[in-house]
Amino acid sequence: MEKLKNNPIIKAIGTQRLVALLALILLYLTFGIMNPRFATYSTMVNIFDASYYIGFMAIGICFVIATGGIDLSIGTVLTMSGLVAGFLSVNMGFPIWLVIIICISIGTLFGVINGLLVAKLGLPPFIATLGTMMLSKGIGSIITGAQSVTWKSGSDPEGWYRSIFKIKTEGGLLIPTGFLFLIAAAVLMAVVMNKTKTGRYILSLGSNKEATRLSGVNVDKYLIIAYVISGTFAGIAGLAYSTIYSTLLPGGGAGFEMDAIAGVVIGGTSMSGGIGTIAGTMIGVFIISILKTGLPFVGLQTHYQQVATGLVLIVAVFADVYRNRKKN
Amino acid sequence: MGSVMLRMKGIDKSFPGVHALDHVDLDVIGGEVHALMGENGAGKSTLMKILTGIYLKDSGTIEFEGKGVEFTSPKEAQDAGIAIVHQELNMMNHLTVAQNIFIGREMMKSGFISDSMMNKEARKLFDRLNIDIDPSETMGNLTVGRQQMCEIAKAISREAKLMVFDEPSAALTESEIEELFKIIRDLKSKGMGIVYISHRMDEIKVITDRVTVMRDGTYVGTMITKDSTKDDIINMMVGRVIYEDPKQTSSVPENAPVVLKVEHLSAGKMVKDVSFELRKGEILGFSGLMGAGRTELARAIFGADKKDEGTIYINGEQVEIKTTEDAVSHGIGYLSEDRKRFGLVVAKSVAENSTMSALSLFMKGVFIDRQKERKEAESYVKLLKTKTPSVDQLVVNLSGGNQQKVVIAKWLIRNCDILIFDEPTRGIDVGAKSEIYHLMNELVKQGKSIIMISSEMTEILRMSDRVLVMCEGRITGEIPIEEVSQERIMAAATLRNQEDNNGKTKK
Repeated sequence: MEKLKNNPIIKAIGTQRLVALLALILLYLTFGIMNPRFATYSTMVNIFDASYYIGFMAIGICFVIATGGIDLSIGTVLTMSGLVAGFLSVNMGFPIWLVIIICISIGTLFGVINGLLVAKLGLPPFIATLGTMMLSKGIGSIITGAQSVTWKSGSDPEGWYRSIFKIKTEGGLLIPTGFLFLIAAAVLMAVVMNKTKTGRYILSLGSNKEATRLSGVNVDKYLIIAYVISGTFAGIAGLAYSTIYSTLLPGGGAGFEMDAIAGVVIGGTSMSGGIGTIAGTMIGVFIISILKTGLPFVGLQTHYQQVATGLVLIVAVFADVYRNRKKN
Repeated sequence: MGSVMLRMKGIDKSFPGVHALDHVDLDVIGGEVHALMGENGAGKSTLMKILTGIYLKDSGTIEFEGKGVEFTSPKEAQDAGIAIVHQELNMMNHLTVAQNIFIGREMMKSGFISDSMMNKEARKLFDRLNIDIDPSETMGNLTVGRQQMCEIAKAISREAKLMVFDEPSAALTESEIEELFKIIRDLKSKGMGIVYISHRMDEIKVITDRVTVMRDGTYVGTMITKDSTKDDIINMMVGRVIYEDPKQTSSVPENAPVVLKVEHLSAGKMVKDVSFELRKGEILGFSGLMGAGRTELARAIFGADKKDEGTIYINGEQVEIKTTEDAVSHGIGYLSEDRKRFGLVVAKSVAENSTMSALSLFMKGVFIDRQKERKEAESYVKLLKTKTPSVDQLVVNLSGGNQQKVVIAKWLIRNCDILIFDEPTRGIDVGAKSEIYHLMNELVKQGKSIIMISSEMTEILRMSDRVLVMCEGRITGEIPIEEVSQERIMAAATLRNQEDNNGKTKK
């Protein structure tokens, strides 16, 4: 056991991430054995489809959680971005390239608002983002007249945007291009987290804000950046969700953020700040999307997904807490 | 006066690396107010913590009311009748006065807590003490002085026979102090024994019957207050042999330019109209008692807290310092007295902490150049002789002295010219201490300038080229090193402002 613990590979991955990774593999195998139809290529594509919007949200919120904060607004901001952008495309005839930019920018805008509320006005992150969660939920519905919005279909001249996340070849083969984007985004943001000034100061202020400030660091600025990253990725998640699922319901999206937060935490990021792992977050996200996709295959309704995610979350975090407690 | 109520004999206590109490004696007679005096770190608090069961003594005996006692928890001491009113009050601000007084032993009526019963009891208690406080008032609405009275009432209601006051007047106004003294005299007349800890000489003369002085963890002596002078007491407090040679003359050249000039700086309640100059290559010692406003002054200069008034000049030019970022960009570095909270991100590595303030120097495009960062951190580990297995070690695993060296490395890598050391050797063992001193001397030789805040007299005398003394937010003394003496510093550190004495403050 001691030997195992000191294995350099295990050390590099980290215990919690290792547990999460094993859980991920175990889950996939279990579903695959219980129903052979699960272990097919098309189901794999479904798992990927479910992972995009959660994954983008999770990458973004990982930065906020690393500061020791929380962003509850990402789920409803996702929906608002999709609703408003889709509305502009379908009802107002905006060109799709502009719509994509607007979709992401709405997320960025809410990120800026959250950042200012937390850093400049000093609101607790929970309260500030609870407020913007309600705001975004309401405003999205108001703009679309409380109507659901369905984005343009793939057969539309402007439907090219759909192949950002999934390409259907003439032979009917599905290529999950979104997976490449998600992984590319994860790699990029992992680099930002670990190799840039922004990431360094976000982690540092999450660990000890006052000491970071007394080192002459403009902590407000980096706090705001964290929320802007979170908001922007909520906007990207809005695009991903709209592309995959086409239809957005006004008032929806509340609760999506919890899937993202669960993914981040299962991956080993500490809610008290100072630690943020994008690689772990990705593992956590795929655990959640496998559960989402896989449970119906074994005859369990989607409600069970909540139960299963809850259990995985508690077990994964407990493993970490227990390890830390033993260390002390 | 009654008989001896409390007799502590040969109390000895060691902490890892520190002999906090070395065979200390104290006896308190029923019906007397007994002052316990000594500099910061003399061991007063440790002695009181042993008396009240917070710490266990290593050896020695305690006799209370003629019986040998051995308190192993605060509750045991409380049950025996010993109470302490701490400097920082432990009150629940959202509960009422009566709820606070009876916390943990609420009065019940048919299974429910009865506020009316507790209010009635509290009222009786206040009447007995001649205190006029409404028991149903919310605690948070009372002034600190009145809260303290509630604390006293709470102790009385638990039938305390001996009461310890730990710097009770520190946060009180002049009229509140008067009220407090009235209550203390009343308790005294009822035969209670009282230990009174304070730094304020004038109060000691007014309220106490005897004085026991401690120094460096040892018992110096006990005197009848009215037979001793203020100077006697000060001499007893500071009269130790200084094992470190104090500086004889300033090493700052006559014509050294002024690098930092502060004019009429006021900030919050703790910094009032402070002006001073710091010269190139100088170590300017800031002495004073705890709570004199020195840390607050440093934080205001550094942009960590808001300034209300005042101007700051660096190298003759007026500068605007609103944030810590401004201060650092003007070459000021601040080394906090509380390294773990304010100086370091302890969960991060030595390398990351070292480059925290100067990360811009380690960028390759948008990326941090880890190689360069580690190399620089390693070179400072060597230079400062920091004991760490590697620069990847988390700072939390280093000792106090080595943590301080990491903080110093941080500001040296940033190349700050003005360094504010706030209690540079607090919590650092003797060996590491002299290394830090050596380092500070090296730094000023290289043309850096240092403001050193210190509550340790020996440190002030050994390191400073010039000493400023603060008391209650003001500078109350400026003493060139050639003329400095502990007595002069102590006198200035206890010099209370006349305006305050009349109950009026400038604010």
